[in-house]
Amino acid sequence: MRRQLLAIVAFLAAMALVPHLVGSEFWRNWVMMALFYALLGQAWNILGGYGGQFSFGHAAFFGTGAYCSAILHVHYGVNPWIALPAAGMAAGLVGAFIGFLSFRYGLRGSYFALVTLAFAEVLRILANTVPITGKGVGLLIPLDPGAANMQFADRTGYFYLILAFVGLALLLTLWLEHSRFGARLVAVRENEDAARALGVDVFRTKLAAITLSGALAGLGGSYYAQLFLYLDPGIAYGPAISVEALLVPIVGGMGTLFGPLLGSFALHGVSELAKLAFGEAAGLDLALYGVLLVLMVMFMPNGLFGMGRTTLARLLGGGRDA
Amino acid sequence: MLEVEGVSKSFGGLRAVADVTMRVEEGSITALIGPNGAGKTTLFATISGFLRPDAGRVRFLGRDIAGLPPERICRLGLARTFQIVQPFAGLSVRENIAVGAHLHRPGRAQALAHAELIGRQIGMGRMLDQPAGALTIAGRKRLELARALATDPKLLLLDEVMAGLNPTEIEEIVTVVRRIRLAGVTILLIEHVMQAVVSLAETTWVLSDGVLIARGSPAEIAADPKVVEAYLGRGAAARLAGREGGAARA
Amino acid sequence: MVEFQILLPAILNGLTTGAVYALIALGLTLIYGVLHIINFAHGSLLMLAMYAVFFLHAGLGIDPYLALPVVVPGFFALGYLLQRGVIARASHGRDENILLVTLGVSIVIENLARYFWRSDTRTIETPYSFETVDLGVAFIAVPKVVAFAGALLVTLALWWVMSRTDLGRAIRALAKERQGARLVGIDVDHIFAMSFGIGTACVAAAACLLLPSFYVSPGVGHTFVLIAFTVVVLGGMGSFAGALIGGLIIGVTESLCGLYLGESLGQIGIFLIFIAILLFRPTGLLGHRA
Repeated sequence: MRRQLLAIVAFLAAMALVPHLVGSEFWRNWVMMALFYALLGQAWNILGGYGGQFSFGHAAFFGTGAYCSAILHVHYGVNPWIALPAAGMAAGLVGAFIGFLSFRYGLRGSYFALVTLAFAEVLRILANTVPITGKGVGLLIPLDPGAANMQFADRTGYFYLILAFVGLALLLTLWLEHSRFGARLVAVRENEDAARALGVDVFRTKLAAITLSGALAGLGGSYYAQLFLYLDPGIAYGPAISVEALLVPIVGGMGTLFGPLLGSFALHGVSELAKLAFGEAAGLDLALYGVLLVLMVMFMPNGLFGMGRTTLARLLGGGRDA
Repeated sequence: MLEVEGVSKSFGGLRAVADVTMRVEEGSITALIGPNGAGKTTLFATISGFLRPDAGRVRFLGRDIAGLPPERICRLGLARTFQIVQPFAGLSVRENIAVGAHLHRPGRAQALAHAELIGRQIGMGRMLDQPAGALTIAGRKRLELARALATDPKLLLLDEVMAGLNPTEIEEIVTVVRRIRLAGVTILLIEHVMQAVVSLAETTWVLSDGVLIARGSPAEIAADPKVVEAYLGRGAAARLAGREGGAARA
Repeated sequence: MVEFQILLPAILNGLTTGAVYALIALGLTLIYGVLHIINFAHGSLLMLAMYAVFFLHAGLGIDPYLALPVVVPGFFALGYLLQRGVIARASHGRDENILLVTLGVSIVIENLARYFWRSDTRTIETPYSFETVDLGVAFIAVPKVVAFAGALLVTLALWWVMSRTDLGRAIRALAKERQGARLVGIDVDHIFAMSFGIGTACVAAAACLLLPSFYVSPGVGHTFVLIAFTVVVLGGMGSFAGALIGGLIIGVTESLCGLYLGESLGQIGIFLIFIAILLFRPTGLLGHRA
């Protein structure tokens, strides 16, 4: 645990230097977006990686967080810093709601994936219809730079904000790995019946996981809204976010502390390479993601992190597989 | 400690357990035996909360537990193992046992320490860091036992922990089970292997076709013609008694 | 109260759309019933088939209906190869993996389409695109009537294959008892791929029937795939009759919801049905417990 904590601190410290050491605006931005997707991936990882419940609709939480903070800010004049925890809570509640319904009725595997997908779609249609979200036209957050407003004239502010969120997510996951809740969550992933026989309340464990996962994704949504100052139903609740959220940890390594970070940087590295190779071609980078997903499942079911760990162990002559 | 009163459980038209009444005394090792398909595992599942009985009551420490979910029953101090072993395959042996240990130990460090302790008691000291998925059958059976024991149960239900083991392994696990009882845990075990039961249990109940047909010490059971018939088929007891040869009809 | 004269055409229109939904769902339910996987690539395969029909018409002037004998076998082969070459190989037989692999395949197909054919919607015009048939109580567009009849015919043909041919018997045996089927010498991998191929062929047939009256775009699969999931879940995973009935019910529901709630909110009715069924009766109307 101490070593993992050290690794987290070292990573955060190194990242904190990026705005000062990296001269190119483009690459600073690139790191920032990689961190943003790492946050979403870490959110998914808690439920999918540690809990084994594959959500295909994390956009439901992301979008709820985004809309919640934007609507509170635009329509009710709530300060974004205050709207932020509210957004996390709203997204967590959506998670609890979906979780309550699905887990109560014992939905697992494909059925759970379908239900999350459907909920994201219902929310997208709702956002397209009700006036408070600005319907299909979208919602513009008025430009009013100032740290008090969670709007930064200089991108460095946004950089440190997302870094703080990622730090929070990492620490939360570290706690998870060394807590009773985490042990129970993993037990549920591995075998529900055995977990129940050992006194684990499977329903409550999954419910807590989806709530936590949703809340974290909601923070990501709130951040997104403040960064781009614009939302529409397709951005907030469309499938793109759901796909990114699950790809990142799968590529990096599900159920691992640093997997989502690794996955996010790797995926966005690949997508930059694709852009270099093919130019700004809409769709090609995502198509590459799809190929990568299939290849990952085929050849590296433990993700980059898992593979790195086994290779490292072998190189060091540790012998024992992790 | 455990009183089962008139419990019945059917699946569709099939009556797996019919009006079973039995009890387990505190501090004892009690065995439940019977031929394959007699309803032993169904009865276990009903007691431990994985199935809800159609009728009857299950009293544990004076409290009716029929219909409670398994996790609640486990928290009351009744733990079970599975006949078909259910390891958390991706976790190490230590982590597997720790899941059970967490029931009364919120802290990770304490749970892991307790898991190690239990692991050593059960004879898995050298396997603690192995992934559970890599264990042999004997290892997995032990792991089942260790995990359940880690929940600090007052009553332990063991579902065929000896099936599939060789004689040496059976010997070892018999010793382990004895030691657990000496530590103050009451044990109810299902076994198909009669010989193992004979050396372990004080009281044995025999279940056949969902109905309890006999109860007594292992010696009494072995001599009971109803039991012999249940295992060997109708008329077997008479044939054996008359020394007409058991394998006449093939 | 909505007038009868409005209600009846809405129901008839719903039935015609529903038949196409049923056809798409039929492929999905077949794949589910045999392989026990939910094929997330189903929608993107439909989209691909629609583009095939579109280009056959735009490039070679082949009528969508006449494209059937080309597109359907072509997509059967594609589905067969996809299952044998990619999905089976990548998933190592684990259900979660199959879920992810089919999702990956759908992402690839969809985004390649976006890259090659851009995001604009395309339609084709046939001489009969805007013709209508007078059914006495209502006027229904000719392509919709053809789609309805075509969907029923394909369903009938599929039913015949499943119940009367050796292939159908092998597929049903496999769906029921995987291990047993292997033991009696059924080539499991081959039959899996055949089922996937037939499921994909259904989608190709749907594409031919749809295009005279519907647009195609890289995202068009999404419009149908969630509806197809709903139909499958409503009818019962793996049930053919269920898919047909479910498709018709969903078609009418959508049409009526659109009438009462307006176009954009109309679809919500479908998803609410979907969620409700998943929660309360995941075996569907005609499904059996696994």
